Amino acid sequence: MDSVAQRLSAVGSANALELRGVTRLFGALAALVDVSLTVRPGERRAVLGSNGAGKTTLFNCITGDFPPSSGTIRFFGEDVTAFPPQERIRRGLRRTYQISALFPRLSVLDNVYLACRGVSRGRYSFIQPRRSDALVHAAENLVQAVHLTAIKDRFVAELAYGQQRQLEIALALAGAPRLILFDEPAAGLSPTERAELIEILSSLPAYIGYIIIEHDMDVALRVVERITMMHNGRIFKEGAPQEIEADPEVQELYLGGGHA
Amino acid sequence: MALAESRARGASSAASQLPWLQNLNPAAVLVAVVVLIMPAIASSFVLTQIFGWAYMLGTIALSLMFLAGYGGMVSLAQVTVAGFAGYVVAILGVNGVPGGRGWPWWLAVLAALILSTVVGAIVGALAVRTEGIYTIMITLAIAAAFYYFTNENYAIFNGHTGIDGIPTPVFLGVDWHAPIPFYYLTLFVAVLCWLAVSYVSRAPFGLALQGIRDNPRRMAALGFNVNAHRVAAYVFAALIAALGGILLVWSYGEIAPGAVSVSAAIDILVIAVVGGIGNPIGPFIGALIYAVLKTFALDVLVAFGLDGNRFRLLIGLGFLAIVFFSPDGVIGLWARWRNRLQAGSAPPQKAGDGHG
Repeated sequence: MDSVAQRLSAVGSANALELRGVTRLFGALAALVDVSLTVRPGERRAVLGSNGAGKTTLFNCITGDFPPSSGTIRFFGEDVTAFPPQERIRRGLRRTYQISALFPRLSVLDNVYLACRGVSRGRYSFIQPRRSDALVHAAENLVQAVHLTAIKDRFVAELAYGQQRQLEIALALAGAPRLILFDEPAAGLSPTERAELIEILSSLPAYIGYIIIEHDMDVALRVVERITMMHNGRIFKEGAPQEIEADPEVQELYLGGGHA
Repeated sequence: MALAESRARGASSAASQLPWLQNLNPAAVLVAVVVLIMPAIASSFVLTQIFGWAYMLGTIALSLMFLAGYGGMVSLAQVTVAGFAGYVVAILGVNGVPGGRGWPWWLAVLAALILSTVVGAIVGALAVRTEGIYTIMITLAIAAAFYYFTNENYAIFNGHTGIDGIPTPVFLGVDWHAPIPFYYLTLFVAVLCWLAVSYVSRAPFGLALQGIRDNPRRMAALGFNVNAHRVAAYVFAALIAALGGILLVWSYGEIAPGAVSVSAAIDILVIAVVGGIGNPIGPFIGALIYAVLKTFALDVLVAFGLDGNRFRLLIGLGFLAIVFFSPDGVIGLWARWRNRLQAGSAPPQKAGDGHG
């Protein structure tokens, strides 16, 4: 275990995320093969690739939903490879899910409140929060940030699809996130909702970095500074959006040549 | 499974919640008045055999409601925990078996509550790694094992005979064994547990438990330790079940393995499901229905020329009817009936609706 001093010194200098030789096997299937990836603090990156390229598995390994079969994962300098998900989350990692993973039988505000509570003390508290509770305020602000204040008392099960996607983002913003993994946040959204999403992503404070899985190039290109291309569980290209777009290999494999 | 579909109502937003008293509705006030003045209108028999018994069974079923309704964990071991607490009071306190320890009642109760939380933690630790039907299976196995153990073990549990001669304590100058004091004692414990569960369901602990019910994986991805939280829920539920179990021992003056049998465990499950596991008041409604049926079904059956021992048939048919028509139990029927009255004129339903 690292000492506190080591951890503190690591915070200043280290990369936000550092994967070294991460491999994940499902039986005989290799979903991730020897993936190495470095993300600087505050960096905004997209991971692109066809279905089955290993993008969501990559996210699952980073958050600890599935441990990697081999390789190491460092989060702000700290080796978190063996940590359970909640320990990584408490250190400032967040994620959203491709298929909304919310709490349908709780209200919108309660969903966000749980997200705020999960990364602070008092997770086992038997005392009801007061109206003036700081976390209730934080939750209300987040609900406002994703434009859901008007329906904050509704059960999540009653929400429209686009609203659930927005709530997904609010949950990921709770507490003090340092790196957020967005898994296809724009999937299934209307053009208006996409514009709202782009606005939310680009208005995040500069110290919050994120990795976004996105099929919609128009969304991805507007909100990231770097792109990682994946294919068959491997990373095969990395670079600025313009380079990736211009790359003939990428065009053939992923964009099908037809994309402007 | 019908249990899983039952909706957790009684949930209003943490921030927009109204103060207690404003939440009172006329039906609740009426029920409160009726149960308080019950000793003035009912016979001792009805007082203890119907209502007192329903409060005690309801308290044990409430512990199951807490786990199943808020935690999504159907535990058949709640009767085991209640019976264990009863046995501790019987063994450590004054009893009619030679070689009894004869601890004062309050010390025996304290020991029973503490040891029950330990048992709750053990049951929880075994059960939380499973989901759905496997939770039911493992808690059923625990219940069956404890039943056979008490049946065979004479050194501690006095085997099949059980332990008798357990007095209801006398304190504050009141003989709590008398019908009216005992009625109020059971009512007090039931209300206390009901209030505690209602309150905790809106506190971070209870909210997080409901989050775990809805999506455990996401709760881990929000920073919660899901399994530790589930074990803590078993511990809290064990305390409630233990209170019910201690009262039952005082009520009967004895405890035998039948109190922790598998059929007793299933009765509690039926009570919770019939009443409704979506709201803490549900188990008490279920327990009242059960107590009435079990007490009077015999006479009704005999009147129709049937075997009186078939009262379980009536309970079974009632269970089928309830589960078939309303997965949320009697409470669900009530909520639907009220919603239908409000339909049309009322705005879209808010999460705050349905506070009993």
